[in-house]
Amino acid sequence: MANRIEILSTIPDTRAKVRQEKLRSLGFSGVEDANLVDVYTIDSNIGLSDLERVANMLANPVTQDASVDLPQAPNNFDWAIEIGYQPGVTDNVATTAKESIEDLFGTKLGDDQGVYTSQLTFLTGNNLSREEVQNIAESLANPLIQRISIKDRQEYSTGGGMGVVVPKVRLDTTPSADIVDILRVSDDELVTIGKQGISNEDGSRRGPLALDLTYMKRIQEHFLELGRNPRDVELESIAQTWSEHCKHTIFADSIDDVKGGLFKTYIKRATEEIRAIKGENDFCASVFVDNSGAIIFDDNWLITDKVETHNSPSALDPFGGSITGIVGVNRDTVGFGLGAKPILNRYGFLFADPEDKKPLYKGEGFTQKMLSPRAIMEGVIEGVNEGGNCSGIPTTQGFMRFDERYKGKPLVYVGTVGLIPRVSAGRPSHEKKALPGDYAVMVGGRVGKDGIHGATFSSEAMDSGSPATAVQIGDPITQKKLSDAIVKEARDMGLYTSITDNGAGGISCSVAEMAEESGGCYVKLDDVPTKYPGLEPWEIWISESQERMTLSVPKENWEAFNSLMESRGVEATIIGEFTDSGKCVVEYNDEVVMDLDMDFLHDGLPQRPMKTKSVLRAYEEPKKQDLGNLTSTLHKMLGRPNITSFEFVTQQYDHEVQGGSVLKPLQGRGRVNSETTVVRPVLDSQKGVVVSQGVYPSYSDIDTYHMAAAGIDTAVRNAVAAGASLDRLALLDNFCWCSPEEEERLHQLKRAAEACYDYAVAFGTPFISGKDSMHNDFKGFDENGEPTKISIPPTLLISSIGVIDDFSKSVSLDSKMPGDFVYVLGDTFDEMGGSEYYALIGEEERGKPYIGNKVPKVDAEKNIELYRGLEQAISDELVASAQSVGVGGLGVALAKTAMGGRLGMQVSLAGLGDDLSSDELLFSESQGRVVVTVAEKDARVFEETMGGNPVYMVGRVIEHPLLLIGDSDKNQVVYDNINSFLRTYKERFEHY
Amino acid sequence: MVTPKALVLTGYGINCDEETKFAFELAGGLADIVHVNNLIDIPKKLGDYQILAFPGGFSYGDDTGSGNALANRIRNHLFDEVKEFVEKDTLSIGICNGFQVMVNLGLLPGLNGDYGREVALVHNDSARYVDRWVDLGVDPESIWTKDISILSVPIAHGEGKFFAPDDVLEKLGDKDLVAASYIRGDMCEYLNLPGNPNGSLDDIAGITNESGRLLGMMPHPERALFFTQLPNWPLLKQEYKRRGESLPEHGPGLQVFENAINYFK
Repeated sequence: MANRIEILSTIPDTRAKVRQEKLRSLGFSGVEDANLVDVYTIDSNIGLSDLERVANMLANPVTQDASVDLPQAPNNFDWAIEIGYQPGVTDNVATTAKESIEDLFGTKLGDDQGVYTSQLTFLTGNNLSREEVQNIAESLANPLIQRISIKDRQEYSTGGGMGVVVPKVRLDTTPSADIVDILRVSDDELVTIGKQGISNEDGSRRGPLALDLTYMKRIQEHFLELGRNPRDVELESIAQTWSEHCKHTIFADSIDDVKGGLFKTYIKRATEEIRAIKGENDFCASVFVDNSGAIIFDDNWLITDKVETHNSPSALDPFGGSITGIVGVNRDTVGFGLGAKPILNRYGFLFADPEDKKPLYKGEGFTQKMLSPRAIMEGVIEGVNEGGNCSGIPTTQGFMRFDERYKGKPLVYVGTVGLIPRVSAGRPSHEKKALPGDYAVMVGGRVGKDGIHGATFSSEAMDSGSPATAVQIGDPITQKKLSDAIVKEARDMGLYTSITDNGAGGISCSVAEMAEESGGCYVKLDDVPTKYPGLEPWEIWISESQERMTLSVPKENWEAFNSLMESRGVEATIIGEFTDSGKCVVEYNDEVVMDLDMDFLHDGLPQRPMKTKSVLRAYEEPKKQDLGNLTSTLHKMLGRPNITSFEFVTQQYDHEVQGGSVLKPLQGRGRVNSETTVVRPVLDSQKGVVVSQGVYPSYSDIDTYHMAAAGIDTAVRNAVAAGASLDRLALLDNFCWCSPEEEERLHQLKRAAEACYDYAVAFGTPFISGKDSMHNDFKGFDENGEPTKISIPPTLLISSIGVIDDFSKSVSLDSKMPGDFVYVLGDTFDEMGGSEYYALIGEEERGKPYIGNKVPKVDAEKNIELYRGLEQAISDELVASAQSVGVGGLGVALAKTAMGGRLGMQVSLAGLGDDLSSDELLFSESQGRVVVTVAEKDARVFEETMGGNPVYMVGRVIEHPLLLIGDSDKNQVVYDNINSFLRTYKERFEHY
Repeated sequence: MVTPKALVLTGYGINCDEETKFAFELAGGLADIVHVNNLIDIPKKLGDYQILAFPGGFSYGDDTGSGNALANRIRNHLFDEVKEFVEKDTLSIGICNGFQVMVNLGLLPGLNGDYGREVALVHNDSARYVDRWVDLGVDPESIWTKDISILSVPIAHGEGKFFAPDDVLEKLGDKDLVAASYIRGDMCEYLNLPGNPNGSLDDIAGITNESGRLLGMMPHPERALFFTQLPNWPLLKQEYKRRGESLPEHGPGLQVFENAINYFK
């Protein structure tokens, strides 16, 4: 039977207080008080007296009161809301509680028994209506994954509390592999199968295969040759393997006259040419072939890096989407080579304005309401918090950007840097090979219905058919146990020959991928451990349930491997064997349910050549006007979401675990968010790792070529300004695009890829890893119920990673000493197109941003000279502070330098560009510029070191905390206290 | 003299084990990371060590209360051995999640001598995880904090607010068991942040038992071993450089581990 253990805090509960404040901030002013009760529902045959022991174990007697089957409630309340999970949703706290119960009694709970958690929120408020409480509940829960139950005081009392709910998964069907008729059906039916999925007996569809007619016809042809229809397992498997998400066909297939495709022609070729030019100074170790890219750290270690996106899931369940994203990309580190240790997390969030309250609906007639931008933002931030913090990986590097076009689909970038010894158990650790005869072993979590069709789902635009089963919640502790057991023990014991992540497509992709190493595989689906009985074989095969990896373990190592995993609390199961049969064979219930040639599975997909069309757009330019004093403009700029402090995010992410922090994400007395961070990954080495990024989605409206160029220049410049060297700096590319069926969008994509080649080669900075996400469109209905399509602006994130010899030479952004000289390095031009300043004045003048036309352009050759000079000056320890000039231009960079140091600064714009007005000088986003401060005594040597580069001494750091900026006519254009600027810089997200 | 050995516990989501081991070694000791399940298999292993460290991390993901689930596992399988160990002339330290484990095991503050729970670490006043630096007023006479009066190190926790009933708070004060208190010192001044980061009662950041051999604290001294871990090192570097001085190598946290090693000398 099921019993409820309820736990009430006996001291003021800060969680309840914060929840009350949050509800008030969301506009529920009728909430006078809130109290929380934590509930464990235990479905077992444990007796009452033993349950009392369990209650005492789960609660803390110093601060909590626990009861069994006796409702706990505060003395006063008007409403009770209970929020628990839907059946089958990952419930991490329940998993721990179950483990603790089993440990306490020394026996396992049976398969038919379970533990479930939920939480009660008791609300006080005389005037709260049921409707309002319903709205409150919906703001606290996500109906896709959670269940809500509401009672008023009367109902609560007469019902003896909330009642017992056991959200157990019950599947009544008898699993079997169905044959799908594709040989004798019309093209229309092929299209329907591809778009909506295989038909169930009741006529419903199983969810998108994301296979278009070209692909379906190719599959039909293949099975015609075989003389039989496919099983559902085979069709689902092909759909996973051929998905845009897995095969990146848009980057692989020919486009216009680029026959080799964008990836090979622009990205990969750039890296190949750079490596050839670098010759013996090539520092790449593994590029584009593995789950992460890797560069050389020193004689003993490699550094890996990988950045992923998790956009579609984050739109539906922001917390689950982002936590799954971050722990997923951690597995791309653990799955690199023979297994790298994650040492640093990155993040990048692009949202709509969290203050935007206009609703969006997926369905017609105001149905399937989307989460608000604020709920998405908060959930995403919290997911990376939990994923990163629980995993003990410092999350040092990140950024946030805002644009209303991220309202339908937010972009959630997550990345992980790893560390791996170059040799492990006598083997080069970046190479791996599953051998015929090795066991195929799945380790970590179990398989459930969560995460079905994730890969095919993200290969489509989001509409009312987007499945909820694509949503999952990560379990960082299960993964931490797995990760530690692999990278800290099993790897260096030489117990396995290959390893990969179970991400998109689940074991259907991971096993089939590893099977390419050996030449084939055989899998028995009956042996795959599941969360609950009743899963269909195709579901087991493609489920993306989290925290799982697949390894190839030689038979003679199985016993040692399994006993190690067991002692670390990690489940390991033999699910099949790697072979050299040239086939991928899958069995279920003693029947062969899949038998496909490896060649067809991996390389059978037809090319879909693409054509592009260039569309030139001209945008309205704002009228030039003399703004005179720009102090208030600078304030407004500092408060804009794209520039403002996001300290509340930085501080809630542990950025110091592992003990290697050097340049932190908040710098100086003013705690200003930095663009770059530095860590020391090996505690007894003086070498450091520098990470940064560049991203300019607002430039895409004008020209994606220059958008990409600016991203690369910024990612490089940010790193160099912190102390990195161009000689050992690598890049990662993450394209997030929209509407790839439109030729204009494809043309934009091609332009961006061209710039990637041109600028990576010019800077000598190779791409080592990349990923793309092509379908970031939302199709639904707006606040008036009118059909709407929202497409993100084409967004290319360029991440940079570099190795430096001596991290104690790295440079922070804050000004250091009064009297120091302030320099602007690099030239400023009239390049206001796509700038934050144009967005500001457009919003003020006409309610929407000006875009303009003069987008910043990058002169790589000139910038390289400047960066080489700066690199030398930093290496000679001549630079006291350095702030790269990015979004918001020089005005923002000068302010950040001054705010960082909480010291004043007196500068003149004279000489920076006589033909430019003050607002152009301050807010143009011309690339290739850095603001540095230098001690007066070092100034001469600094200028000599910078040689013939454009170097402008513009003023000095001053004791008095004033930022004073004068124009060439000696008029003060900016004049205010540093603390006042700091206030505007920090106030926007103060209460987040 | 034999070099003192520290056993640094790991497993189930502990994640500061490597830097804690490194800290003891940098301080001149020896240290081994031992999985809690290996210790459960061979509990007498504990006898090979003079120091027991419960490192920081997220054991069991903080589920059912931070430190609680790991404390339960230790109580179920290892408690006799741990009690025997701490009652000998040995040292134990719990940092962050390790402190939460020690408190849930009743090892600290140990006022009643019956290993019942007497104090708690609850959700921060912000109800949010926070990573920042703090200044601690510490007892320069105490074993673990010998010769230190102010210690600046980082915190990183979601459940670090120290709570105890009034009578327990009073006893902690009377018996001088408050090992570390949040104060607003130079680092808070530099960062322009309040002294108490989480609403801890009486600003308590760490406590010892009456012997002084057991220390538990929320802040992380093992994350302040090097000069370049200080938030203000780039500024200090300029100051040293312009005075013509060379940079220090180590940070303030190291002394805590050196004190432990020196205790056995």
